Amino acid sequence: MPVSKMVGAKVKRREDPRLISGLAHYVDDIILPNTLHVAILRSPYAHARIKSIETDAALKQPGVVAVITGAEIRDKIGLIPVASDNPSLRVPKHYVLAVDKVCYVGEGVVAAVAEDRYAARDALDLIRVDYEPLPAVSDPEKALAAGSPVIHSEWPDNVAFRWSLKQGNLAGAFKEAHKVVRQRLVHQRLAPIAIEPRGVLARYLPGEKELTLWSSTQIPHLLKTQLSLMLKLPENHVRVIAPEVGGGFGSKLNVYAEEGLIGYLALKLNRPVKWIEGRRENIQTTIHGRGQVGEAEVAVKKDGTILGLQYKVIADIGAYHQLLTPGIPPLTGLMLSGSYKIPAIAMEITGVFTNKMATDAYRGAGRPEATYVVERMMDRVAQELGMMPVEIRKKNFPKPKEFPFKTATGLAYDSGNYQAALDKALKLAGYEKLRREQKKLRSQGRYLGIGLSTYVEICAMGPSAAMPAGGWEYGAVRVEPTGKVTVLTGVSPHGQGQETSFAQIVADQLGVDLDDITVIHGDTSVVPSGIGTFGSRATAVGGTAIYQAAEKVKEKAREIAAHLFEADPEDLNFSEGRFSVKGVPKKGLTIQQIALEAHMARKLPKKMEPGLSATSVFEPSNFTFPFGTHICVVEVEPQTGRVEIKKYVAVDDCGRVINPLLVDGQIQGGIAQGLGQALFEEVVYDENGQLLTSSLMDYALPRAVDLPHLDLARTETPTPVNPLGVKGVGEAGTIGSTPAIVNAVVDALVPFGVTHIDMPLKPEKIWRLCQTKEPAQARGGR
Amino acid sequence: MIPAPFDYVRPTTLDEAIRLLAANGDEAKLLAGGHSLLPLVKLRLANPKILIDLSRISGLSGIRQEGDQIIIGALTTHYEIESSELLKQACPLLPETARMIGDVQVRNRGTIGGSLAHADPAADLPAAILALGAELRLTGSDDERWIKGEDFFLDLMTTVLKPTEIITEIRVPVLSGRFGTAYLKMPQKASGFAIVGVAVWIKVEDKACTAIGVGVTGLGAKPFRAKEVEKKLWGKRIDHTFIDADASHVDHGIDPLDDIHASAPFRAHLARVYTHRAIQEAVKRAGVSMPSR
Repeated sequence: MPVSKMVGAKVKRREDPRLISGLAHYVDDIILPNTLHVAILRSPYAHARIKSIETDAALKQPGVVAVITGAEIRDKIGLIPVASDNPSLRVPKHYVLAVDKVCYVGEGVVAAVAEDRYAARDALDLIRVDYEPLPAVSDPEKALAAGSPVIHSEWPDNVAFRWSLKQGNLAGAFKEAHKVVRQRLVHQRLAPIAIEPRGVLARYLPGEKELTLWSSTQIPHLLKTQLSLMLKLPENHVRVIAPEVGGGFGSKLNVYAEEGLIGYLALKLNRPVKWIEGRRENIQTTIHGRGQVGEAEVAVKKDGTILGLQYKVIADIGAYHQLLTPGIPPLTGLMLSGSYKIPAIAMEITGVFTNKMATDAYRGAGRPEATYVVERMMDRVAQELGMMPVEIRKKNFPKPKEFPFKTATGLAYDSGNYQAALDKALKLAGYEKLRREQKKLRSQGRYLGIGLSTYVEICAMGPSAAMPAGGWEYGAVRVEPTGKVTVLTGVSPHGQGQETSFAQIVADQLGVDLDDITVIHGDTSVVPSGIGTFGSRATAVGGTAIYQAAEKVKEKAREIAAHLFEADPEDLNFSEGRFSVKGVPKKGLTIQQIALEAHMARKLPKKMEPGLSATSVFEPSNFTFPFGTHICVVEVEPQTGRVEIKKYVAVDDCGRVINPLLVDGQIQGGIAQGLGQALFEEVVYDENGQLLTSSLMDYALPRAVDLPHLDLARTETPTPVNPLGVKGVGEAGTIGSTPAIVNAVVDALVPFGVTHIDMPLKPEKIWRLCQTKEPAQARGGR
Repeated sequence: MIPAPFDYVRPTTLDEAIRLLAANGDEAKLLAGGHSLLPLVKLRLANPKILIDLSRISGLSGIRQEGDQIIIGALTTHYEIESSELLKQACPLLPETARMIGDVQVRNRGTIGGSLAHADPAADLPAAILALGAELRLTGSDDERWIKGEDFFLDLMTTVLKPTEIITEIRVPVLSGRFGTAYLKMPQKASGFAIVGVAVWIKVEDKACTAIGVGVTGLGAKPFRAKEVEKKLWGKRIDHTFIDADASHVDHGIDPLDDIHASAPFRAHLARVYTHRAIQEAVKRAGVSMPSR
């Protein structure tokens, strides 16, 4: 890329004025005349047979238009889709509304449709469902044990799938090892909790035979395809619009029951139909993240060289698959080499059905689990060998000249300089001084802990060959006759700020004002194709498509200008949005003037198509691998178990930076969610599958006051995978932060003989650990 | 999150409110700040047929001094208590406690009367009310009565309020002479309510503790006054023995709550730790100079 003015600039988000002044339009803000409203009666049981459903009383209520059960529509709407090529996958029938039995608390059973939201909700209280409760199982380890209730009777047990990976001489590694360090690790279930819950509005025009569905989704184009299949409508009669979307974190990277249901109801009733998810429904029936219990084993030489790593894990699937459910745990497997040279790696996953909501992609999606395993184990190994956490990491990093670095898991890390990021973070944190302070405080009975995480992650998803439904992205740039620039993108930003960063890319390419550029996304009738926003791909893949489209526009403009000047295209200079003939700077045309010429089409080169626009589809050749070092300093109070974060330093490398403000924002938000997992977030079901954290009174979300000051810095190692050099940053904060925080707390409690604590690190857990042993004051800092 | 149908009335006099309450019996609920009631109603965990909004009744809010008492109207918001100059001077335990309730929005809406009447076992204000020996004025259809805070709470979300009674005022003493107060809590991470909260008021004369009040919330089914702890310290000279006195009997006779946020043993432990710390803090604030150890 040439030297630029806009790319790299701290441009304030152009999206924000409408968001903070309440002028944005989310699904619920879209008001269509004559709209019907839907409320869904959901299962109070984790596992039960539906013996009968009585809906007459509800139907008789004033304002109630229809009451629909699963049995009535089982043949009318297709099953909720799952994308996977795993041959061992067991796919239970996942209906839009439960048929015959329910398998988790919150599963939809009956839909009431009424003239307003209140009447719809009131109708639910008049529906009688006779359930026969069945034994339920919520713990994935118990679900695997002999004698467990079997959730789907089509199969003999609760195994949903198996997946394994084995590379290198693992047996040899463990034989050769000076030490083998083992640790059981729990990655608790989390709820993504986007500020805007899900919502769907559908309208069918019987004359035009067109179904339009507004949904709070990250993937409007994929949803359009799936919806046409579910509703058996021609795909070119379906339009999906993702209007303003108030956060997703992966939870809206899916096709949900309600999208099929509301689309169907609009068709059937010939009126617009709307459903807006409540917060309790959001926690019950929007996908959860994480949910792994694993056993890690690391073989290590005396000098700290890692020889091999094995991870056997049980993945808590929930009752059914959602779109990417079985695809998330394997991502953990792929990233098990972390930022280290590990010659032999093996992973065995057993996906297990439980009477709970499905797990699926939540910010990081499989990579936070991998990073947690690797970074926790590096600390465990260091502790066992009596090494410092920094030393063992440095020892096992691949060197910059070893890139592209091939891992035993079959990936090729594009570019990196892991030690540079680590060194920068250590310096920023004042690491050596912190260790001295730790030692001093310990002698006073105060427990400071310093935790490191030197993470690498996988982004820019991805090469289509490695993706379940295409990994390319679409972009288009059009200069209108009046000179304004319209940009279309197939990604679907929902908080990331690409209306700003994509405009920056185009502004640089075409030399036009940022204010003259509009970025359009999220409407399948306006943006012809696309994949969507997830996997930290939007800028690296979608931004590259935009960049390439802008290049094409510029080249076409050059040809037109050359034709008008009767000059050779090579003899034109392009600067500040204007083409001029070399040596005759006064003779020139701006992009805007050329656009008008292109539109009038009177003096175009022979055979050139009119108009100044271009499209591009970018297919990446590889993933990208951002990396960095997070350092967290905590003080733990053994008497109460409280953890205070004293300092937080993050040095992240996401390749080339388009807009530092957006990158910082992503890192900050990511750290907030990573901190939530480390310290207090947890979806809790009891042993009967009852959800105990069904509101924000019980599910602890991080808030502004929970966040320490974050010292953010960067190194910049561009990727060779795309011409922008951009790697992606949407999930890095979440991936990098969690192990840094846990490592810090464990480090603080070394005098108590603590070697590991499972997340979330709630006060009671810490207090209990501190009860078991008197602190070893004399041991001092590690 | 849509409530069942209900009627809504907004009386302008206390008499009218009490009459409405009497006429509707169990079907009625009083609405003050609404921050406890409305979530229950939206989740249909409470389904009152009629909500009686007290907000237009004049004279039910405000903070004033009458002799050696401060009278606080039941509709006074947590924010008003938190920011009252009079209370900061004369009874700082209340502003300190109110400041630790929920968040700004909650404190702007929530009221002292509403909080006490709701009797959530983990609410903050009851701890301070009990420590201060405050009294509540309950106004009914025929008469009214003043009741001590420690006699007001009966059980989990249950009080002595009769179906036709409304809390109208709360009175707390003007604290004078040398005294110290403190409220410390460990909040439940999601809700901000107290896993355990301890409020302490201590009066000091001639380096001795001549009066003490210890109110505990979050530990048991109802907030309570830790009389065993008080008894042990009442009249004692304030020295290292005093502030090091263990508070192990604070949970004496209490059956601690046990939930996903904290087990019963942890709550009991926290109650001891926070009682101890709150006493130390109150002594410190009373400005008692301690000989160095």
